[in-house]
Amino acid sequence: MSGAVLEVRDLEVCFGDVRAVRGVSYSVEAGEVLGIVGESGAGKSVTSLAVMGLLPRHAKVAGSVLLHGTELLGAPEKDLAAFRGKTISMVFQDPLSAMTPVYRVGDQIAEAVRIHQKVGRERAAERAVELLDLVGIPNPRQRAKAFPHEFSGGMRQRAMIAMAVANDPDVIICDEPTTALDVTIQAQILEVLKKAQRETGAAIVLITHDLGVVAGFADRVLVMYAGRQVEAGTVRDVYYRSRMPYTIGLLGSVPRLDAGKRLPLVPIEGNPPSPSCLPPGCPFEPRCPMAIDECGLAEPPLTEVAPGHRAACVRADEIGDSGPTPAELFDVGGGSGTTGPGFTDTTASADAEGGAVPMPVAVPPFPVRLPRERRDVVLEVEGLAKHHPLMKGAIFRRRVGTVHAVDGVSFEIREGETLGLVGESGCGKTTALMEILELVRPERGRVVVFGRDTATLTPRERMAVRRHMQVVFQDPLASLDPRMTVHDLVGEPLAAHGYKDTGPRVRRLLRLVGLDPADAARYPQDFSGGQRQRIAIARALALEPRLIVLDEPVSALDVSIQAGVINLLEDLGRRLGLSYLFVAHDLAVVRHIADRVAVMYLGRIAEIGQVDQVYEAPMHPYTQALLSAIPIPDPDKERERRRILLEGDLPSPANPPSGCRFRTRCPKFKVLGDARRVRCVEEEPEVRMLEGDHGAACHYAEKLDVV
Amino acid sequence: MMTLPEEEFAEVQADAERLRVPSRTRVVAGRFFRTRQGRLGFGLLVFMFLLAFLGPVLYPWSYTDMDFSAFMQPPSLDHWFGTLQTGSDVYAVTLRGAQKSLIVGLLVAVLSTGLAAVVGSFAGYFLGWTDRTLMWVADLLLVLPAFLILAIMSPLFTGGRWPLFVIMLALFLWMVTSKIVRGMTKAIKEREYIKAARFMGVPPSAIIFRHVMPNLASLLIVDATLNVSAAILTETSLSYFGFGIQPPDVSLGGLIADGSRTALYAPWTFWFAAGGLIITILSVNLIGDSLRDAFDPGAKGRA
Repeated sequence: MSGAVLEVRDLEVCFGDVRAVRGVSYSVEAGEVLGIVGESGAGKSVTSLAVMGLLPRHAKVAGSVLLHGTELLGAPEKDLAAFRGKTISMVFQDPLSAMTPVYRVGDQIAEAVRIHQKVGRERAAERAVELLDLVGIPNPRQRAKAFPHEFSGGMRQRAMIAMAVANDPDVIICDEPTTALDVTIQAQILEVLKKAQRETGAAIVLITHDLGVVAGFADRVLVMYAGRQVEAGTVRDVYYRSRMPYTIGLLGSVPRLDAGKRLPLVPIEGNPPSPSCLPPGCPFEPRCPMAIDECGLAEPPLTEVAPGHRAACVRADEIGDSGPTPAELFDVGGGSGTTGPGFTDTTASADAEGGAVPMPVAVPPFPVRLPRERRDVVLEVEGLAKHHPLMKGAIFRRRVGTVHAVDGVSFEIREGETLGLVGESGCGKTTALMEILELVRPERGRVVVFGRDTATLTPRERMAVRRHMQVVFQDPLASLDPRMTVHDLVGEPLAAHGYKDTGPRVRRLLRLVGLDPADAARYPQDFSGGQRQRIAIARALALEPRLIVLDEPVSALDVSIQAGVINLLEDLGRRLGLSYLFVAHDLAVVRHIADRVAVMYLGRIAEIGQVDQVYEAPMHPYTQALLSAIPIPDPDKERERRRILLEGDLPSPANPPSGCRFRTRCPKFKVLGDARRVRCVEEEPEVRMLEGDHGAACHYAEKLDVV
Repeated sequence: MMTLPEEEFAEVQADAERLRVPSRTRVVAGRFFRTRQGRLGFGLLVFMFLLAFLGPVLYPWSYTDMDFSAFMQPPSLDHWFGTLQTGSDVYAVTLRGAQKSLIVGLLVAVLSTGLAAVVGSFAGYFLGWTDRTLMWVADLLLVLPAFLILAIMSPLFTGGRWPLFVIMLALFLWMVTSKIVRGMTKAIKEREYIKAARFMGVPPSAIIFRHVMPNLASLLIVDATLNVSAAILTETSLSYFGFGIQPPDVSLGGLIADGSRTALYAPWTFWFAAGGLIITILSVNLIGDSLRDAFDPGAKGRA
């Protein structure tokens, strides 16, 4: 087949006065994968919905969408319905809401088949089973009879893909198909998508915010910003020869699995413009470090800068000549440039003679630290367990089982150290965190904070411990009381611990996290996501704690904002000598910020050790699979990597496998001889220290380079 | 350990004079008085209070006086609002009635809503025994015939013991609201900011007053506004049956009840008291609306 299957020209979408999409053009050929990347609010999803004709009635759409040369925009609903699902189909982000909960999965897929093909009921059901088999659902004949809620997230997304390819479409639009999934499941789904594409030869439009996914999967990339495409070209052109400062900044702000602390993250200052009040010139101009007067005058058109590579920047040629790295372009120095305005590194000179003006003294970026063994242990967790009872029955409630949410977790954090606790959803990391924060006697095991066992704390002592241990939650909008002003929020821990005049201190804290103290009278909802998280951090710092517990502090933020918050945390930790317990599911972020990392699987620790050791030479098969599943935003590297695909989903924590909990999905277990397998089935592996303080809970641990 | 630069501290202290601490109380008050509605409502209520308590001071007639030379006279220079059938001065009795109704209405509303908020949120926050005990009391009060009990107790309210009347009235108004508050508290308790406060070391009672109740502000304010009218009306109906506020003392409700019979041919006996009641309730509603908006960070009309 030659020529474009789907061609979009000058697509514009307006909701009232808000121009959500402003002149997007692209085309995809059969068998090609086009990645559309951008941050939230960039207009990616609206573009795809406009192509499918699924926007609400009040949206005004202009431009042209040609599918095999047929105009879709303005076509009657009947014609569109004939195309949808047959020639062009869509995979949505949330597979739970994309399926009808009251129909069986197989019936829903069969329905998709029967709408466009004249086949009998039986044949359609047969085809549904074939499709489920194609997308890798085990026991497809039985699973076809299941209802959507009986499927896990990954299986639902597989079923969605099965439905999308049911009629052998020419174009599949995938709107963030893996965003709601864990990384190991994401790797599985991407494989399924690749397979589906091979089978159908369809063109795929992949919409995502994850630059790593695009790097590994797409042929061409379209970068969107504020409703416009700002750069388009082949993956290698866009990633290695970016011409638009926004693309460069975006690539620089992603924490990378293959680069630790050596590479500073590059935050892009400011926030994306609101689509209702766009600046007159280039929409990126207010945040662009290269902006010149010309940028503010008119929006630069998308021009060809190299064959097949287009960028919307007046200085694209200059960028092409010099090829700056993100750090050079955004001027990130030793790491203190991230604290924002109003903060200066100065130290008190209390003994300065005669009231001399104190001079700013530069703080060394890395204060001399004692070796790890000689520093105090701030938090020690030993054999921590938390079991939730599973109850059944409305009148006579009886216990039918136990969820082993956390089942014997041990680690320690020393002064000035950051421990990353990582794992997929449902592995018990948040439960473990809550158990620690409650500061009461745990169900089993021991939690020792600052040398005090929580089991023996009196209320007064508990209060004293709380003072030195603070917490930052994932979603700042949820963890900041919407009815309190920023001043009251940040001052609350101070008030709770008996401070009187909180005003000056709050202003100082706000300045410390890079916010304007004049904002203290505003409410959290007046701020952007990144700023809100800064407020939450300021609140955590208010009592000058020694340990801060961070529960996924950046996963709700866009990458360019996330980088700023990570840098802030790193910077504060170093300067104030804080210890962090950093819980996250994003291993790349953890590599960037943590000194040590503990990988959790089904309520137990699979591997623990120094970050560099664990990432460069993981020993537990689960860590290896997890690391290999994380995409790296580097097309060449990403395509060369070997991926260890895990089979199936996380087993239910109510009924974990005997022996090693990972053995049901373990790639190593499969290749072991029967004699050696017995040990995995019968004996639960404990974390063994194999090399210094690098330990793994596997009987047959072996190093493997997967990054 | 944390060593924040001292100079910065000094610098911040220097601008402390310029910038007042923007605590919630200040911000809410500021936002309340920035709205025209809020200022109008507050002004009207203050005006009613001033009129009710300072109005009679320089006036020659008291509410107990009777002018036997003027029965049912329309407003004149001598009797500003006219006179009643008994020769009482309408201006004097209306203001006396307004005094009682303002105090009874506002106090009952504040007391009953406050009680509902405290009982409901403590029950919803602590659950367990606290919840069971408090809700048992609420259920008990719900099944008691409030009107009958108030009627039986009415002899106790005479002779300056009206605070007891206020308390009894409030005691029979809070139960339903407290159940709603309890349910909402249970939902709010699971929110992350409550967890955050707990982990910060904020004591439970402080969490309830600082986080739970402000987040119920919309409900509580609407409830209090409604309770003002409910209290005044209950008092009126009690007075109508001869309970509640007893003669020679008067209340707006009693005056309206009496005046309605003569309203057609002697409108002054009815309209001044009714107008007083309308202005009072209007001002309370205006204040309630603006206060609710001032508490709600998402409301429009922010500066």
